[in-house]
Amino acid sequence: MEDRIQGNLEETEYEELGDDQKVSIGKWFLLNAPPGQVLQVAKDVRELLTDSQLYDRAASEAFPEYNVRSMISLEMPDGSGKVLLTKFGELDRSHFLVPRTASVAVVDHVKQMCTEVRPADDEELPSAYVEGFRFCVDVALLKYVDEAFQGGECSVYCTKGKDLEKSGGEFEVTVVISNSSYSPKNFRGGCWQSVWGVLINEELHSASLQGTISVNAHYFEEGNVQLQSSRAFNDTVLLQDGKDAGTVIVNSIEHLESVFLSNLEEQFANLSDRTFKELRRKLPVTRTLFAWDKALQLSLTREITREFSGNRR
Amino acid sequence: MEAAMDIMRRMPPSLSQQALDSLLALLPAHSSELLSRSDQPLQVASDEEFDKHYLLCDYNRDGDSYRSPWSSKYKPELEDGVQPPAELRKLEQEANEVFSIYRDQYYEGGVSSVYVWEPEDGKGFAACVLIKKDGSDAGDGRRGLLQEGSWDAIHVIEVKEDQERQFGHYCLTSTVMLALTTANQATGPFSLSGSITRQMETDLALEHGHLCNMGRLIEEMESKLRNGLDQVYFGKTKEVVFTLREPLGVLTATSHIGQSLQRRIVNDLGRSR
Repeated sequence: MEDRIQGNLEETEYEELGDDQKVSIGKWFLLNAPPGQVLQVAKDVRELLTDSQLYDRAASEAFPEYNVRSMISLEMPDGSGKVLLTKFGELDRSHFLVPRTASVAVVDHVKQMCTEVRPADDEELPSAYVEGFRFCVDVALLKYVDEAFQGGECSVYCTKGKDLEKSGGEFEVTVVISNSSYSPKNFRGGCWQSVWGVLINEELHSASLQGTISVNAHYFEEGNVQLQSSRAFNDTVLLQDGKDAGTVIVNSIEHLESVFLSNLEEQFANLSDRTFKELRRKLPVTRTLFAWDKALQLSLTREITREFSGNRR
Repeated sequence: MEAAMDIMRRMPPSLSQQALDSLLALLPAHSSELLSRSDQPLQVASDEEFDKHYLLCDYNRDGDSYRSPWSSKYKPELEDGVQPPAELRKLEQEANEVFSIYRDQYYEGGVSSVYVWEPEDGKGFAACVLIKKDGSDAGDGRRGLLQEGSWDAIHVIEVKEDQERQFGHYCLTSTVMLALTTANQATGPFSLSGSITRQMETDLALEHGHLCNMGRLIEEMESKLRNGLDQVYFGKTKEVVFTLREPLGVLTATSHIGQSLQRRIVNDLGRSR
């Protein structure tokens, strides 16, 4: 039977894929690479496409999207730290704003390298007033990220009303935290991303937070297992005089992210005894191992009954 | 081919069908190897004559038709489709009955199929046992916990007998693929997907017959795979998340905060001397 199956497939005449189709398949593989593994997938895609021009096309389309979607961070050549690639800082395809150092990083997406840094122009930066607020959130955020995310990166962008000159109006800052790890020798990798839009209304002395957290984890020792989870949150905090607004906002973020983690822990705790049972039980409904010798008897009896009654079921 | 297999190991298991389709389009000359080396969720067909479902795989396929283990007929119809020899067909029928009972007791639903054939070298026989369960709300789920929940088990077993027909030698290769998303709306989607494959080889006395031995081996293997996924694999993905973002407030000696606290205490002690 084996021979016959193979014979059938090999007799088929193959239709060669067009270049565009090959490029889009290559791009699809790159975009779905697990955290930290895009370079390994790229190596495979290069081999599969065989034509290096096609690979270059797929890579040049996929990498900018992959890098921004995965929020990767790249070391800046002037030693001033890392640039986080996010849509909030994306000035154009290869230029990214670094709010903390008020600079602009030039990025080579396919090489995943930052090649150049220049000071940001005035129109790329927020007003001194909004920057003051952004700065105080950034300081509190750095402290939190340093404690909770080993090797994590974060940034605070001004995303609405960045030119506001004085207090009393409404503006928005967006807080981004990204952490990823990839350890092939431990067969694991993963990423955490959280994005918090913080709308500040100074008249109401309040800030409303809208955030999304998403995580992905991959474990692949003699197998391939992936976890994905995400959740959206809303919160409103009061900004009182005398209290540092940055700390108040970041405390709320920290709290909600801890809630997310404890929910995740609950889901894992339920897995073994409840969730997994929907797929396969640990033990049969009879709570003892399956009686193979008796089952055979049972099915034989069934068969005999069936033959006598002429009923096949 | 190696690059193709490497990429299959890296793609999210939930996208494995799409990944395989892409590879088939890209490497049509390798289609049979790709299909045999990568496991995919099982497809279901129905045998109208017996009013029962059965599962499709390479081992019950002849051309574009698949043989039902119940009527042993091919669908779409095939006049001269390959059939197992009479003795093996009898074993196949018994196995399908017994594994249906086994499946009901462990899975509370689902579909199972067993196919038996004569290997190319003519020695002994080979069988594959397939089990598929949809544990979602819309499927056979009983507890309303899963929005999506699929389990596919594929067991391929090669059996040889010794000359005196006292012992059977069994070589089992098993793969489990699963994908689940919990139905809890409040906490957002929580999805796990994965596949693992294991092999085992053993000799067993033939006093209760082959079917009994095969059944025990498969039962043991399925429990091992289930526990492995549950305890080891899922546990590891949880560990990955908790190293990306530490659960603050929980102090452990190995955590980042734990370590920095330790350093601070050591420093303070040093200074106070």
